[in-house]
Amino acid sequence: MKPQPIVLKVLNVASVLLFLAALGMVFLYAPLEATMNYVQKIFYFHVANAWVGMLGFIAAAVAGVVYLIKHDQKWDIVELAAVEISLVFFIIAIVTGSIWARPSWGAYWTWEPRLTTAAILEMVYIAYLLLRQGLDDPDRRARFSAVYTLIGAISVPITFMSIRLFRTIHPVVIGTNSTASQGNFDMTSKMLATMFFALFTFSVIFVNLFWHRIRLGQLAQQVEQLKLEELQ
Amino acid sequence: MNRPQTTDHRPSSIVRRPSSGFLNAIGAIVWKDLAAELRSRELLSAMLVFALLVILIFNFALELDPLTRRVATPGILWATFAFAGTLGLNRSMAVEKDRGCLDGLLLAPVDRSAIYFGKTISNLAFMLIVEVVVLPVYSVLYNTNLFNPGLIVVILLGSVGYVAVGTLLSSMAVQTRTRDVLLPILLFPVVIPILIAAVKASSGFLQGLALTEVMPYINLLIVYDVIFTAVAYMVFDYVVEE
Repeated sequence: MKPQPIVLKVLNVASVLLFLAALGMVFLYAPLEATMNYVQKIFYFHVANAWVGMLGFIAAAVAGVVYLIKHDQKWDIVELAAVEISLVFFIIAIVTGSIWARPSWGAYWTWEPRLTTAAILEMVYIAYLLLRQGLDDPDRRARFSAVYTLIGAISVPITFMSIRLFRTIHPVVIGTNSTASQGNFDMTSKMLATMFFALFTFSVIFVNLFWHRIRLGQLAQQVEQLKLEELQ
Repeated sequence: MNRPQTTDHRPSSIVRRPSSGFLNAIGAIVWKDLAAELRSRELLSAMLVFALLVILIFNFALELDPLTRRVATPGILWATFAFAGTLGLNRSMAVEKDRGCLDGLLLAPVDRSAIYFGKTISNLAFMLIVEVVVLPVYSVLYNTNLFNPGLIVVILLGSVGYVAVGTLLSSMAVQTRTRDVLLPILLFPVVIPILIAAVKASSGFLQGLALTEVMPYINLLIVYDVIFTAVAYMVFDYVVEE
């Protein structure tokens, strides 16, 4: 395996530095929110994690479609990398969201559209990984994974819309869920700056992790090929 | 993959009629499935008994007194259809795979999507038969009138979408090592829009809500059916390719 290219090394260092800077901004630069106090600090990383999860979701869908068109194994590696990263960051987003929800909404979990969709998306990803586990032939595994990614990429947005549909049709539910709770929280310009900095930081971390995971996928592919050659 | 040339010694009219050939192929697959089922009755009897058992379990799990019933009926019906549906989908593809029928079908000089539509239609037929039996039984057991034209439309639309995705995913699941357990895990997270819309629309019709309140869900079901039938039609080739 080739050594890490120089850009990747720079990205490694940049990710660490940016992360520390973002942490500093959250605790030292951004002002305290009036009603929620310190609890609100989790918001910056919560949003950033969900953002990275979304990036991974989109990247996986694109890689899946490109694989189906080009039939090139490298897109399968990209797709798997995106799915794994998205899976982990959505879990972090759900956990940080729950920690935030407990004091501000009064419960760790509500069946609100975004939360429910995130949970269902996690289920799609887990099913995706189980599907891959059950297939040995790399070509078939890549094809099936791409098809399932495509189906997930279409059904998850529809799920989001359909949950939203019945929340808006039954107005009783709306009063108790997030739309009202989030409305009473206005961001100052310093808070906005912190949020965008956190988003930028996590985007860099995403690119860095994505790159590393793709390299790992390429290594795994080489191992698989070596094993096959040994057997022949 | 290169398909074998079979046209040489046959009258060319058999193969060179794309549109009617396509429909004939679909018809032949549906006919084969229904005929096999009529003789063995493996699939339908298993699905029916399973569906009735699910209803029985819900009876004890939810203490279905008349008040709960009004709220819970649509949910119970759709949970029953979804569970019984996976049983049928799994079985109908596993039979093809086990006895090598799928390879035979793939060798036939027809468009691959004809196989998909044929299997989808026969799976839909099995599901509808189960639903046709479950509805009156449920009506009798729980003294609820389920003969509502709106409900029938919802069940039809919901089943179409469920089977459209289910047939595609089951043809993937049977080719894996963990095939018996994999189908529900693959299928349930992606059919949630159907379950949401179908349950909401069913309860709307059963409670006699105005049509304007139910229409969004009906539209959602139609949109889902169209999108996923089209997607499955486009990607089915990748799933059966050898």
